[in-house]
Amino acid sequence: MTVLFVALGAMVGAPLRYLTDRAVQARHESVFPWGTFAVNVSGSFILGLLAGGVSAGAVSGRVWALLGTGLCGALTTYSTFGYETVRLLQERARFYAVLNAGASVAAGLGAAFCGFVVAQAIWG
Amino acid sequence: MSPEDPLNLPVDSDVDVRVPRQRGELRAAPWAVLGTIAAGGVLGAEARFGLATLLPHRTGQFPWATLLTNVSGCLLIGALMVLVTEVWAAHPLLRPFLGVGVLGGFTTFSTYTVDIQQLVRAGAARTGLLYLAGTLVAALAAVYTGIVLTRLVTRPHKPRGEDFR
Repeated sequence: MTVLFVALGAMVGAPLRYLTDRAVQARHESVFPWGTFAVNVSGSFILGLLAGGVSAGAVSGRVWALLGTGLCGALTTYSTFGYETVRLLQERARFYAVLNAGASVAAGLGAAFCGFVVAQAIWG
Repeated sequence: MSPEDPLNLPVDSDVDVRVPRQRGELRAAPWAVLGTIAAGGVLGAEARFGLATLLPHRTGQFPWATLLTNVSGCLLIGALMVLVTEVWAAHPLLRPFLGVGVLGGFTTFSTYTVDIQQLVRAGAARTGLLYLAGTLVAALAAVYTGIVLTRLVTRPHKPRGEDFR
Protein backbone atom coordinates (compact mmCIF):
# COMPACT_ATOMS: atom_id res chain seq x y z
CA MET A 1 0.00 0.00 0.00
CA THR A 2 2.83 2.41 0.87
CA VAL A 3 4.31 1.73 -2.59
CA LEU A 4 1.12 3.10 -4.13
CA PHE A 5 1.25 6.34 -2.16
CA VAL A 6 4.91 6.82 -3.10
CA ALA A 7 3.99 6.31 -6.78
CA LEU A 8 1.10 8.80 -6.65
CA GLY A 9 3.30 11.46 -5.08
CA ALA A 10 6.18 10.90 -7.51
CA MET A 11 3.76 11.00 -10.45
CA VAL A 12 3.05 14.63 -9.56
CA GLY A 13 6.47 15.63 -8.15
CA ALA A 14 8.67 14.79 -11.15
CA PRO A 15 6.62 16.67 -13.82
CA LEU A 16 6.16 19.55 -11.37
CA ARG A 17 9.97 19.88 -11.10
CA TYR A 18 10.30 19.91 -14.88
CA LEU A 19 7.56 22.55 -15.31
CA THR A 20 8.93 24.73 -12.48
CA ASP A 21 12.47 24.51 -13.88
CA ARG A 22 11.25 25.51 -17.37
CA ALA A 23 9.15 28.39 -16.05
CA VAL A 24 11.94 29.77 -13.84
CA GLN A 25 14.77 29.32 -16.37
CA ALA A 26 12.78 31.06 -19.13
CA ARG A 27 12.49 34.19 -16.95
CA HIS A 28 16.12 35.10 -16.31
CA GLU A 29 19.37 35.44 -18.25
CA SER A 30 21.97 34.53 -15.59
CA VAL A 31 23.84 31.21 -15.55
CA PHE A 32 22.72 30.54 -11.96
CA PRO A 33 20.37 27.51 -11.97
CA TRP A 34 17.46 29.21 -10.18
CA GLY A 35 14.96 26.58 -11.36
CA THR A 36 16.57 23.65 -9.54
CA PHE A 37 17.37 25.91 -6.57
CA ALA A 38 13.66 26.82 -6.30
CA VAL A 39 12.38 23.21 -6.31
CA ASN A 40 15.06 22.01 -3.89
CA VAL A 41 14.46 24.78 -1.35
CA SER A 42 10.66 24.62 -1.49
CA GLY A 43 10.73 20.81 -1.33
CA SER A 44 13.03 20.97 1.71
CA PHE A 45 10.57 23.31 3.45
CA ILE A 46 7.60 21.01 2.77
CA LEU A 47 9.50 17.91 3.91
CA GLY A 48 10.65 19.72 7.06
CA LEU A 49 7.02 20.65 7.73
CA LEU A 50 5.96 17.02 7.25
CA ALA A 51 8.78 15.75 9.50
CA GLY A 52 7.59 18.15 12.20
CA GLY A 53 4.04 16.87 11.66
CA VAL A 54 5.23 13.26 12.04
CA SER A 55 7.08 14.01 15.29
CA ALA A 56 3.95 15.77 16.62
CA GLY A 57 1.84 12.77 15.65
CA ALA A 58 -0.24 14.84 13.22
CA VAL A 59 1.05 13.35 9.95
CA SER A 60 0.31 9.68 9.24
CA GLY A 61 2.59 7.17 7.52
CA ARG A 62 0.43 7.31 4.40
CA VAL A 63 0.60 11.10 4.15
CA TRP A 64 4.37 10.88 4.67
CA ALA A 65 4.66 8.29 1.86
CA LEU A 66 2.48 10.35 -0.50
CA LEU A 67 3.77 13.88 0.13
CA GLY A 68 7.19 13.17 1.66
CA THR A 69 8.77 10.14 -0.01
CA GLY A 70 6.73 10.52 -3.20
CA LEU A 71 6.07 14.21 -3.87
CA CYS A 72 9.00 15.96 -2.16
CA GLY A 73 11.40 13.16 -3.07
CA ALA A 74 10.60 13.43 -6.77
CA LEU A 75 10.15 17.23 -6.77
CA THR A 76 13.65 17.76 -5.40
CA THR A 77 16.76 16.37 -7.05
CA TYR A 78 20.40 15.82 -6.24
CA SER A 79 21.37 14.57 -9.71
CA THR A 80 20.38 17.81 -11.47
CA PHE A 81 21.90 19.90 -8.66
CA GLY A 82 25.19 17.96 -8.87
CA TYR A 83 25.23 17.96 -12.66
CA GLU A 84 24.65 21.71 -12.89
CA THR A 85 27.35 22.44 -10.32
CA VAL A 86 29.91 20.32 -12.18
CA ARG A 87 28.92 21.86 -15.54
CA LEU A 88 29.36 25.36 -14.10
CA LEU A 89 32.85 24.36 -12.90
CA GLN A 90 33.68 23.00 -16.36
CA GLU A 91 32.37 26.17 -18.04
CA ARG A 92 34.87 28.21 -15.97
CA ALA A 93 31.96 29.73 -14.02
CA ARG A 94 33.63 28.71 -10.75
CA PHE A 95 32.03 31.52 -8.75
CA TYR A 96 28.52 30.39 -9.75
CA ALA A 97 29.39 26.74 -9.09
CA VAL A 98 30.54 27.48 -5.54
CA LEU A 99 27.61 29.86 -5.02
CA ASN A 100 25.16 27.20 -6.24
CA ALA A 101 26.55 24.48 -3.98
CA GLY A 102 26.78 26.77 -0.93
CA ALA A 103 23.49 28.58 -1.39
CA SER A 104 21.51 25.40 -2.22
CA VAL A 105 22.76 23.59 0.88
CA ALA A 106 22.37 26.65 3.15
CA ALA A 107 18.92 27.65 1.87
CA GLY A 108 17.70 24.03 1.70
CA LEU A 109 18.83 23.39 5.28
CA GLY A 110 17.31 26.68 6.45
CA ALA A 111 14.05 25.77 4.74
CA ALA A 112 14.02 22.29 6.34
CA PHE A 113 14.59 23.77 9.82
CA CYS A 114 11.92 26.45 9.24
CA GLY A 115 9.42 23.86 8.04
CA PHE A 116 10.03 21.76 11.15
CA VAL A 117 9.60 24.78 13.45
CA VAL A 118 6.42 25.88 11.67
CA ALA A 119 5.00 22.35 12.10
CA GLN A 120 5.82 22.42 15.82
CA ALA A 121 4.06 25.81 16.09
CA ILE A 122 0.98 24.41 14.34
CA TRP A 123 0.76 20.93 15.87
CA GLY A 124 3.09 21.12 18.88
CA MET B 1 39.18 15.53 -27.93
CA SER B 2 40.33 14.59 -24.44
CA PRO B 3 37.82 14.28 -21.59
CA GLU B 4 39.17 17.50 -20.07
CA ASP B 5 38.39 19.66 -23.12
CA PRO B 6 35.40 22.03 -22.99
CA LEU B 7 32.18 20.14 -23.48
CA ASN B 8 29.11 20.90 -25.51
CA LEU B 9 26.82 19.33 -22.93
CA PRO B 10 23.76 21.30 -21.78
CA VAL B 11 24.15 22.99 -18.38
CA ASP B 12 20.82 21.80 -16.90
CA SER B 13 20.03 18.09 -17.16
CA ASP B 14 16.30 18.58 -16.42
CA VAL B 15 15.74 21.11 -19.17
CA ASP B 16 18.17 23.59 -20.74
CA VAL B 17 15.97 26.27 -22.31
CA ARG B 18 18.96 27.57 -24.29
CA VAL B 19 19.01 24.33 -26.31
CA PRO B 20 16.39 24.85 -29.08
CA ARG B 21 15.24 21.21 -29.17
CA GLN B 22 14.66 21.14 -25.41
CA ARG B 23 12.97 24.57 -25.46
CA GLY B 24 10.42 23.28 -27.99
CA GLU B 25 9.88 19.75 -26.64
CA LEU B 26 6.99 20.60 -24.33
CA ARG B 27 5.02 22.48 -26.99
CA ALA B 28 5.61 19.72 -29.54
CA ALA B 29 4.21 16.90 -27.38
CA PRO B 30 3.16 18.17 -23.93
CA TRP B 31 1.37 15.05 -22.67
CA ALA B 32 3.97 12.64 -24.03
CA VAL B 33 6.78 14.60 -22.31
CA LEU B 34 4.96 15.06 -18.98
CA GLY B 35 3.64 11.47 -18.97
CA THR B 36 7.12 10.10 -19.70
CA ILE B 37 8.60 12.18 -16.86
CA ALA B 38 5.85 11.04 -14.47
CA ALA B 39 6.44 7.36 -15.36
CA GLY B 40 10.20 7.73 -14.93
CA GLY B 41 9.68 9.62 -11.68
CA VAL B 42 7.59 6.77 -10.25
CA LEU B 43 10.28 4.20 -11.15
CA GLY B 44 13.02 6.35 -9.61
CA ALA B 45 11.06 7.10 -6.43
CA GLU B 46 10.18 3.42 -5.93
CA ALA B 47 13.86 2.47 -6.33
CA ARG B 48 14.78 5.10 -3.72
CA PHE B 49 12.02 3.85 -1.41
CA GLY B 50 13.23 0.26 -1.91
CA LEU B 51 16.82 1.16 -1.05
CA ALA B 52 15.70 3.12 2.03
CA THR B 53 13.69 0.08 3.18
CA LEU B 54 16.67 -2.24 2.64
CA LEU B 55 19.11 0.07 4.46
CA PRO B 56 17.12 1.71 7.24
CA HIS B 57 18.86 4.02 9.71
CA ARG B 58 17.86 4.81 13.26
CA THR B 59 17.59 8.31 14.67
CA GLY B 60 21.05 9.80 15.00
CA GLN B 61 22.70 7.27 12.69
CA PHE B 62 24.38 8.03 9.36
CA PRO B 63 21.79 7.95 6.51
CA TRP B 64 23.68 5.58 4.18
CA ALA B 65 20.71 4.81 1.93
CA THR B 66 20.15 8.46 0.95
CA LEU B 67 23.88 8.99 0.40
CA LEU B 68 24.08 5.89 -1.81
CA THR B 69 20.99 7.00 -3.75
CA ASN B 70 22.24 10.51 -4.38
CA VAL B 71 25.81 9.56 -5.27
CA SER B 72 24.85 6.73 -7.65
CA GLY B 73 22.21 8.96 -9.28
CA CYS B 74 24.88 11.61 -9.82
CA LEU B 75 27.26 9.11 -11.44
CA LEU B 76 24.48 8.00 -13.77
CA ILE B 77 23.34 11.52 -14.76
CA GLY B 78 26.93 12.35 -15.83
CA ALA B 79 27.06 9.22 -17.97
CA LEU B 80 23.55 9.74 -19.36
CA MET B 81 24.12 13.33 -20.47
CA VAL B 82 27.25 12.37 -22.42
CA LEU B 83 25.40 9.45 -24.03
CA VAL B 84 22.30 11.41 -25.09
CA THR B 85 24.24 14.49 -26.21
CA GLU B 86 27.38 13.11 -27.81
CA VAL B 87 27.06 9.39 -28.43
CA TRP B 88 23.52 8.28 -29.23
CA ALA B 89 21.11 9.76 -31.72
CA ALA B 90 18.74 9.65 -28.76
CA HIS B 91 14.95 9.49 -28.99
CA PRO B 92 13.53 12.89 -27.92
CA LEU B 93 11.81 11.27 -24.90
CA LEU B 94 14.90 9.44 -23.61
CA ARG B 95 16.40 12.38 -21.64
CA PRO B 96 13.00 13.33 -20.15
CA PHE B 97 12.42 9.69 -19.16
CA LEU B 98 15.82 8.70 -17.74
CA GLY B 99 17.28 12.07 -16.73
CA VAL B 100 14.31 14.13 -15.53
CA GLY B 101 12.10 11.20 -14.52
CA VAL B 102 14.10 8.19 -13.29
CA LEU B 103 17.24 9.91 -11.96
CA GLY B 104 15.40 13.06 -10.80
CA GLY B 105 12.83 10.91 -9.01
CA PHE B 106 15.52 8.61 -7.60
CA THR B 107 17.76 11.31 -6.12
CA THR B 108 16.42 13.75 -3.57
CA PHE B 109 17.54 17.01 -2.05
CA SER B 110 14.74 17.34 0.50
CA THR B 111 15.55 14.04 2.25
CA TYR B 112 19.21 15.15 2.36
CA THR B 113 18.41 18.45 4.11
CA VAL B 114 15.79 16.94 6.46
CA ASP B 115 18.22 14.07 7.29
CA ILE B 116 20.71 16.72 8.48
CA GLN B 117 18.02 18.56 10.44
CA GLN B 118 17.02 15.28 12.12
CA LEU B 119 20.66 14.46 12.98
CA VAL B 120 21.17 17.88 14.55
CA ARG B 121 17.91 17.49 16.46
CA ALA B 122 19.02 14.07 17.75
CA GLY B 123 22.22 15.64 19.09
CA ALA B 124 24.40 14.09 16.36
CA ALA B 125 25.60 17.36 14.83
CA ARG B 126 29.02 15.92 13.99
CA THR B 127 27.46 13.06 12.02
CA GLY B 128 25.20 15.65 10.36
CA LEU B 129 28.14 17.77 9.26
CA LEU B 130 30.01 14.71 8.00
CA TYR B 131 26.94 13.61 6.04
CA LEU B 132 26.43 17.14 4.66
CA ALA B 133 29.99 17.45 3.35
CA GLY B 134 30.42 13.77 2.44
CA THR B 135 27.33 13.72 0.21
CA LEU B 136 28.26 16.99 -1.50
CA VAL B 137 31.85 15.99 -2.27
CA ALA B 138 30.99 12.43 -3.32
CA ALA B 139 28.06 13.55 -5.50
CA LEU B 140 30.06 16.17 -7.39
CA ALA B 141 32.96 13.73 -7.86
CA ALA B 142 30.46 11.15 -9.11
CA VAL B 143 28.98 13.49 -11.77
CA TYR B 144 32.50 14.36 -12.97
CA THR B 145 33.53 10.69 -13.02
CA GLY B 146 30.37 9.77 -14.94
CA ILE B 147 31.08 12.38 -17.62
CA VAL B 148 34.79 11.63 -17.99
CA LEU B 149 34.53 7.82 -17.89
CA THR B 150 31.70 7.74 -20.42
CA ARG B 151 33.64 9.96 -22.81
CA LEU B 152 36.70 7.75 -22.44
CA VAL B 153 34.77 4.53 -22.98
CA THR B 154 32.71 5.75 -25.93
CA ARG B 155 35.61 7.09 -28.00
CA PRO B 156 38.49 4.67 -27.43
CA HIS B 157 40.05 4.46 -30.90
CA LYS B 158 40.45 8.12 -31.77
CA PRO B 159 44.05 9.16 -32.53
CA ARG B 160 45.46 11.78 -30.19
CA GLY B 161 45.46 15.40 -31.35
CA GLU B 162 42.70 14.95 -33.91
CA ASP B 163 39.05 15.78 -33.64
CA PHE B 164 36.66 14.37 -36.19
CA ARG B 165 33.58 16.10 -34.95
